[in-house]
Amino acid sequence: MIVFNEVVKRYPGGYTALAGVSFEIRHGELAVLSGHSGAGKSTLLKLIAAIERPTSGSVSINGQDVPALRPRAIPYLRRNLGLVLQEHRLLYDRSVYDNVMLPLVIAGHPARDAVKRVAAALERVGLAGREREMPAGLSGGEQQRVAIARAIVNRPTILIADEPTAHLDTAYANEIANLFKSFNAAGVTVLVSTHDERLFAQHSPRRLVLSKGLLQGVGA
Amino acid sequence: MSNWFYLHGRAFAQALRRLASQPLGTLLSALVVGIALSLPAAGYLLIDNVASLARGVSGTPEISVFMMQDASAEDIAAAERRLRGDVQLAGYRHVTKDEALHQLEKSGLGDVLGGLAANPLPDAFIVTPRGEDPALYDSLHARFAAWPGVAHVQLDSAWVKRLHALLGLGRSAVLLLAGLLGFALVIVTFNTIRLQILTQRHEIDVSRLLGATDPFIRRPFYWFGSLQGLLGGCVALATVWATVQALGRPVASLAETYGAVFALSGPGLPESAAILGFAAFLGWLGSAISVRRHLAERLR
Repeated sequence: MIVFNEVVKRYPGGYTALAGVSFEIRHGELAVLSGHSGAGKSTLLKLIAAIERPTSGSVSINGQDVPALRPRAIPYLRRNLGLVLQEHRLLYDRSVYDNVMLPLVIAGHPARDAVKRVAAALERVGLAGREREMPAGLSGGEQQRVAIARAIVNRPTILIADEPTAHLDTAYANEIANLFKSFNAAGVTVLVSTHDERLFAQHSPRRLVLSKGLLQGVGA
Repeated sequence: MSNWFYLHGRAFAQALRRLASQPLGTLLSALVVGIALSLPAAGYLLIDNVASLARGVSGTPEISVFMMQDASAEDIAAAERRLRGDVQLAGYRHVTKDEALHQLEKSGLGDVLGGLAANPLPDAFIVTPRGEDPALYDSLHARFAAWPGVAHVQLDSAWVKRLHALLGLGRSAVLLLAGLLGFALVIVTFNTIRLQILTQRHEIDVSRLLGATDPFIRRPFYWFGSLQGLLGGCVALATVWATVQALGRPVASLAETYGAVFALSGPGLPESAAILGFAAFLGWLGSAISVRRHLAERLR
């Protein structure tokens, strides 16, 4: 469960990215966060992942008060989140397999179990058999799939994606949207930010619309 | 605990891969560390060899305890009993007045003594102290001189003192050199790790986002620094060994001209382990300081 209560985020210099945002996403929901560029979507997702701290207000993830977490507790929060970032953030000197394995290595998973999980995650995103390839040799959509496989390999309860369909053509974007719907169907809470709400419209998501740091609309 | 070993094993393997991925850089760093370390290591060995050479040339320092001409048999026996039970002594030898006379005669001075009515030589003890500390020699000298029946205690500790002073000076110089070069090695490692952090900042940032803890990110750098130091230690050992091999024969020939048998000795197992351990420690220290300094902002 994700709960924002009157969250304000003001950056040094005075720019206000979020100006008192409140919402609640319940366990197992699929929510789509939309808004124009600079509306505050990425900031909102960064607050969930404790990449940024709110200036005021509270952010709660599965009952944990995120801003109150001690720095050493933040990595453990992130291990329970699946993060798909805007620019893939893959390691281009590592194979697809190594990229997807990384969260399991970080979490110290037993090797035998980790190998099975990587295979399952790659199968899930349609990249089975591509383990040994390097990310640079994959298309943009395939790289996004690797990033998604990396996000789900730890079997997170919450999956957060920042513009996962940006720079993808419609066919690829639809495939990615369907993937997120399938994770949600498996019980994962999914929050996706996007420019193009229509991609997820057929999945009847919860809609959060941001504009100039304010939540303009919340609804199904 | 097994997870701890697993994570360290993984960090170790990662550090090895990084070293292997840039063989020229690794070689150059190891040479810089190794050559710098070989100087104090060679200095230490030089002092060690000089000390053993000095012992070989001059013999072990001894104290001669001369009894009075008219010392009673009881005084002589009492002195011998005390010497026998003294734990500060490595040994002693009793030279009776008859033996002393016999030795003098053998040395060709028998004619000089022939005109004397009685043996003018006293009983004497040649004492070998345990150790070469000048303070020990002084205290033994004072103690022996106070025994009944003792006429004179002869101690030539001047050369022992000079040797100790010289060796002490040499050791201080080596320590200073080791400190200075050790500091230089810490700086070399510090800079290497700084560059590593810069080139791997993307991986560090991604790992953080995926839930990596600070120790997880730091560990490979610690191993990298320690391994680089260890490689440098190996180069230092090899350099010292090569130097000992190259100089061994000329030094032995030189010693022969002074009537001494002497062979340069290289570092033994404890010295080798100390050099390797010191090198690895310096590498670890440099990496620890660098990681603390340069990762702090990225990890915040």
